[in-house]
Amino acid sequence: MDSLLAARWQMGVSLAFHIIFAVIGMAMPVMMVVAEALWLRTGNATYIDLTRRWAKGTAIFFAVGAVSGTVLSFELGLLWPRFMEYAGPIIGMPFSLEGFAFFLEAIFLGIYLYGWDRVGGRVHLSAGILVAASGAFSGVFVVTANAWMNTPAGFRTVDGQVVDVNPVAAMLNPAAGAQVLHMLMAAYMAVGLAVAGIHARLLLIGREQALHRSALTVALWIGLIPALLQPVSGDFAGRVVARTQPAKLAAMEGQFETRARAPLRLGGVPDVDTRRTPYAIEIPGGLSMLAHGDADRTVTGLNDVPRENWPPVVFVHLAFQLMAAIGVFLAAVAVWGAWLAWRHRVFNSRPFLGILVLSTPLGFVAIEAGWMVTELGRQPWIVQGVMRTSEAVTPMPGLVVSLVAVTTVYVALAVIVAALIRRQVIEIHP
Amino acid sequence: MPDPAFLLAVVMVLALTAYALLGGADYGGGVWDLLATGRSAPEQRATISRAIAPVWEANHVWLILVVTILFTAFPRAFGWLSVHLHIPLMLTLLGIVLRGSAFVFRAYGPGDERFSGRWGLVFAGASTITPVLLGIIVGAITEGRFDPEASSFRSMYLAPWLTPFAISVGFFALVLFAYLAAVYLTLEATRDISDLFRARALTAGALAGVMALIVFLLAGEAPHVRASLTRSAWAVPLHVATGAAAFATAMMLWMRRFRAARVAAAAQVALIVWGWALAQYPYLIWGHVTIQSSSAPRQVLVLLLQVVAIGAVILLPALSYLFSLFGPRHVHTGTNHK
Ligand code: HDD
Ligand code: HEM
Ligand code: HEM
Repeated sequence: MDSLLAARWQMGVSLAFHIIFAVIGMAMPVMMVVAEALWLRTGNATYIDLTRRWAKGTAIFFAVGAVSGTVLSFELGLLWPRFMEYAGPIIGMPFSLEGFAFFLEAIFLGIYLYGWDRVGGRVHLSAGILVAASGAFSGVFVVTANAWMNTPAGFRTVDGQVVDVNPVAAMLNPAAGAQVLHMLMAAYMAVGLAVAGIHARLLLIGREQALHRSALTVALWIGLIPALLQPVSGDFAGRVVARTQPAKLAAMEGQFETRARAPLRLGGVPDVDTRRTPYAIEIPGGLSMLAHGDADRTVTGLNDVPRENWPPVVFVHLAFQLMAAIGVFLAAVAVWGAWLAWRHRVFNSRPFLGILVLSTPLGFVAIEAGWMVTELGRQPWIVQGVMRTSEAVTPMPGLVVSLVAVTTVYVALAVIVAALIRRQVIEIHP
Repeated sequence: MPDPAFLLAVVMVLALTAYALLGGADYGGGVWDLLATGRSAPEQRATISRAIAPVWEANHVWLILVVTILFTAFPRAFGWLSVHLHIPLMLTLLGIVLRGSAFVFRAYGPGDERFSGRWGLVFAGASTITPVLLGIIVGAITEGRFDPEASSFRSMYLAPWLTPFAISVGFFALVLFAYLAAVYLTLEATRDISDLFRARALTAGALAGVMALIVFLLAGEAPHVRASLTRSAWAVPLHVATGAAAFATAMMLWMRRFRAARVAAAAQVALIVWGWALAQYPYLIWGHVTIQSSSAPRQVLVLLLQVVAIGAVILLPALSYLFSLFGPRHVHTGTNHK
């Protein structure tokens, strides 16, 4: 395995691992805080029980999220030193802002988890709210940095020198808005629905009805509202991609030919040799419509992108199909849930609870797939149109060793975290 | 306004100081967990764990702050370190991951002895190895044995940090962190345990003195280090102050004035960090990369300074609230007041 490939794998493994803990760190505090607020309002002991359980889970996830995030901050340099020398001044600011957000998050989480009997109820709740807010801010900041890699802005290059650096303009790059919105909603929906799925299962097998009903109610509110809206924000993200990153869009859609009335493909497996995408259901003009708001507009195909600038088409297309399919499915689940809620029948509908159980991992799967679309769809660029991934990689040989080490440690940690959450949080009977 | 690059370098030194005083002591706690012996070993471990649990994640963020400022303000220095010190940095990261995860696994695990024992060992082991690696990295930056012409794997990726000097700095860092932790822990424990840590603090303090001497002797291989540590105008007052702080710590420990000992030990370690920073000035990486030669465009530095200033206004009150909640005065054992 050459250095470049090993570095890409290591970055991908580290990020794919971190994102799971990161989204949990963003969304779990919101749920904790809602449950605690309900307890303060109603005095119903079920809610405090729930809050404490969720807090315990959050503590475990947060610690692993923090250390895996630390790994990432260093890996940016360890794997991509040329990229960081180039981009550090331009996108370092969101990372520094993120650093302050982490600080607040860690401080108030400490107060929240260990301060139950040291601060009053309101202060405790406010600490939780600050944890939730700073978690969301960390997500916002880091995603603007990633959006900059997709649509670089806020600097000029004169004779190979970077000049006129404007970190604020870099943060507010063209893809930032769409990506931030889409990512935030993804975090709340994935975590909300995963928690809902777990409690739905416990309800179905007949465990403490009161507790799991309350839990399900909170989790569904957090999960289903963004689930309902996620396809809309995804559509918005897609339009931005169409405008700014035509090669990525073409790969997502398996579109080789540049044409007006480009069809929207459902499924299909692109064949890069024949440059066609067979086995797809095609909706005529659908892609032109979605990408540019007009079925007669032209969509650039991969045939007009030099072959060496193609991202891995098959993978990007399939990952995109997977994310979008999950998005549409979960939006349908949200509609069903809203209808049941309106008729006060959520807890009585075993088929709905069953679907929730099946949906437990789907949000997370969509998040991983979406990031594969974003990151692999940008290849061969590390900074779209400006710097190639191969130019950025470290000269250090033998990266396979650290790749194996990181992967082994992360797989082991994942297994242990899963076991701990299962034994210490989910299956405890108070 | 003074040079923004210089100011940011000062901010980094302050953040590093905070990391050494707070994060460093958390590592030191792990060292004493590893070394816990006798019938009170479980209680020693519990004391350490109780002291660390609410604050270690916040203490850890100082390191992240240093890194983000480094790559924003001094990208060339970050690139240089990342390439030449790849191996110790990667090992440090593994240590950080194992330590943090093992700590929560133990804290939230089933609590049976096998499980706690195993993860406790990982926590303690990683807490002991990581400071050595951090120290080695600092030593390598100080010694500056980077050869830009190098072509072999050894000379590029091993030679800069596998030196007697860098390794001695590694162990110096380990001893200092353990010393800090022992001094701090005297305030967090019951009388018996507190006495134990008092004895350990005195031993570690003496050992730190020995290590400082060894580092200084080995610095002979890096003449600039010794020169700047001895010859410049600030050198003598700084050494005197550090020595005085060390002496004061020992006296206060002896007299069981643990609160004062804590302040003196923190001052001692802070002075060591500042002495190092002064010796290093104007280099970030000795002989190769200076503050000026690696700094980002001016407008970026100014903006970053503003972010840091606003951040500090929010951060410092929050931090002091955290420490006031979980500070030693809340240990309800009431034994270290006579
Ligand atoms: C719960 C997770 C989830 C769900 C259900 C969806 N997405 Fe998504 N999507 C993400 C989670 C996600 C993500 C992981 O959060 C990404 C990766 C980068 C980003 O900003 O968001 C993403 C990226 C992403 C991108 C690429 C943005 C870029 O590269 O700049 C597009 C075009 C879409 N999505 C479109 C959609 C559409 C049309 C969906 C539904 C019909 C959809 N997504 C559902
Ligand atoms: C957490 C969710 C994310 C996931 C799952 C993810 C996934 C990946 C994957 C799979 C790669 C390897 C792609 C390849 O080389 O083929 C990669 C590369 C990379 N990602 Fe991300 N990414 C995420 C977020 C981010 C963010 C927020 C940044 C911020 C700057 C970022 C920066 C990078 C860099 C610098 C590379 C290496 C260069 C490259 O391959 O283009 N990623 N990521
Ligand atoms: C290159 C990409 C990334 C880097 C360098 C990075 C860095 C970090 C660091 C250093 C931490 C630890 C903070 C602490 O000690 O408390 C962390 C945690 C966190 N990160 Fe990331 N991160 C990246 C990607 C992401 C993404 C894509 C998101 C979310 C959208 C995210 C959201 C979070 C959150 C919410 C936390 C808080 C800890 C937790 O709840 O698990 N990060 N990250």
